[in-house]
Amino acid sequence: MSSATAQADREHPATRGLHLFAVFTAGATFLLIVAGALVTSRDAGLSVPDWPLSYGRLMPEMIGGVFYEHGHRMIAAFVGFLTIILAVWTWRADQRRWVRHLGWAALAAVIVQGLLGGLTVLFLLPTAVSVSHACLAQLFFSITVVLALVTSRSWREQDRRLAAPWPPSRPSLPVLCVTTNFVTFGQLLLGAALRHKGLGIIFHLIGAAAVAAMVFWVLARAAREHSGDAGIFPWALALNGLVMLQLLLGAGAYWIREVTRHAVQPLWPMVVITVGHVALGALILALGVVLTFQVHHRFGRQTSSSFEREGVPVTT
Amino acid sequence: MRFSRSVSGWMMAGLLALSLACGGGDDAGEVADAPEMEEAVVTVDPAKAATITGKVKLDGDPPRMPAINMSAEPDCRGLHEAAPPAEVVVASDGMLQNVFVWVKSGLDGKFAVSDTPAMLDQKGCIYSPHVLAVQTGQLLKISNSDPTTHNVHPLPKTNREWNRSQPAEGADIEYKFPREEIMIAVKCNIHPWMRSYISVVNHPFFAVSGADGSFEIKGLPAGSYTVEAVHERFGSQEMSVTLGDAESKDIEFSYSAS
Ligand SMILES: [Cu+2]
Repeated sequence: MSSATAQADREHPATRGLHLFAVFTAGATFLLIVAGALVTSRDAGLSVPDWPLSYGRLMPEMIGGVFYEHGHRMIAAFVGFLTIILAVWTWRADQRRWVRHLGWAALAAVIVQGLLGGLTVLFLLPTAVSVSHACLAQLFFSITVVLALVTSRSWREQDRRLAAPWPPSRPSLPVLCVTTNFVTFGQLLLGAALRHKGLGIIFHLIGAAAVAAMVFWVLARAAREHSGDAGIFPWALALNGLVMLQLLLGAGAYWIREVTRHAVQPLWPMVVITVGHVALGALILALGVVLTFQVHHRFGRQTSSSFEREGVPVTT
Repeated sequence: MRFSRSVSGWMMAGLLALSLACGGGDDAGEVADAPEMEEAVVTVDPAKAATITGKVKLDGDPPRMPAINMSAEPDCRGLHEAAPPAEVVVASDGMLQNVFVWVKSGLDGKFAVSDTPAMLDQKGCIYSPHVLAVQTGQLLKISNSDPTTHNVHPLPKTNREWNRSQPAEGADIEYKFPREEIMIAVKCNIHPWMRSYISVVNHPFFAVSGADGSFEIKGLPAGSYTVEAVHERFGSQEMSVTLGDAESKDIEFSYSAS
């Protein structure tokens, strides 16, 4: 253990546990996204017509589609419970104001998300509500991942280093990364709109091209200027790999839909590939957001006061 | 501290607003009584009533229907000796069943609504019949003969969508569709293979082809009509038919299986 690490642990004894808990919450949230995607792919959203109870009970008989819909509700309740703990724990254990706010934002998001889930059942899956539910899920997952990231030891260690000068190329890597996040989120929105029959596939195809172009741009920039940075280049590479895989899954989903057009849905290959596509979309957004945070953390437009606050001597 | 308090305040406000908003959404599935019609009803003199009879043919080999996989649901699977085939295409000896046939245009005025309820049963986790037609405002009774829960979820476009659960041996669901709309898909989200089609027609001149592909539409006034046949897989066909008083005409629709 380096002396900086030891110092960080001494200064923030509670953050190790908080970090592990945030990682656990993010993992549970990923499972929740898979469960939610299964509900849509199995067309089980309305197998339980009431909400918040299921058939007037906390635990209905888990037959057919009810297994998916009520299973989703159970995992969601669990993640909601985790998020309450996470928000309170962050508020008590983390000194950084913005991180504490992020904890509350996660809690607000999960509450709104639960209500959207209930509303979409009660109003028979209106496209706007279902799409909002799908998109907020992706956003919430990214928030939990960011909480896990910024409570990590490596983040704390980076806190103690001097920020590198803002990269000179225009548009700069930090700007490229943020743009990629927005484009990715837009693409998730278009995908959700396609899935819930609000928009045609053409928009989602255009979005796919835009995301692919953005992540490649980020990779090219990272390779040219930051190939030695373990916090940037491998992440940019992984992001490109995931996007490639996602394009294949998307093409596969389209192909299998065409091939099985007359079959009685839902077919398992169709379910697996579409759920995988949704889950991978969540990972791509989260990975892109992690990269953005890493990059912004590396490069500072920080004023000297922010260094002084962290106790690092200003050497410029 | 101040931040957290204001956040929780906003959250409570949002929660309240949303729970109020969703309070109004749970009235689906009630019997919607059609407004009383004061308009005169057209009566057809039985001595002058015309008839359309006919058959629906399917040329070529019908696509083989896969067996419905109910293995995950013992309550459903146990009700069948062998897994039943899907009912998307039901044909034998070149004749196509489950084709909805109706007088699409050519009729004037209002016709009396049948006071016999139309019946849709859920039996063996399959809808019976697979294709059903009712008049606007005619009572539809949906029953559950299975030892398991179903949810009944019609997916209309011009009528109102609703979704209601029906437990084993639960009371019949009663409903009247207020608007004309053909081939409304009905599904159960618990058992994803379950599917039926309900057509809602403003008059009583419709039929569904039987196992031998035959149909009969009786009691028509004389006139020139467009008759349409609609099948869930093979689509729609139209035919012009002119009928005199008490005339009976035999027509034939023909679909291609390929
Ligand atoms: Cu069912």
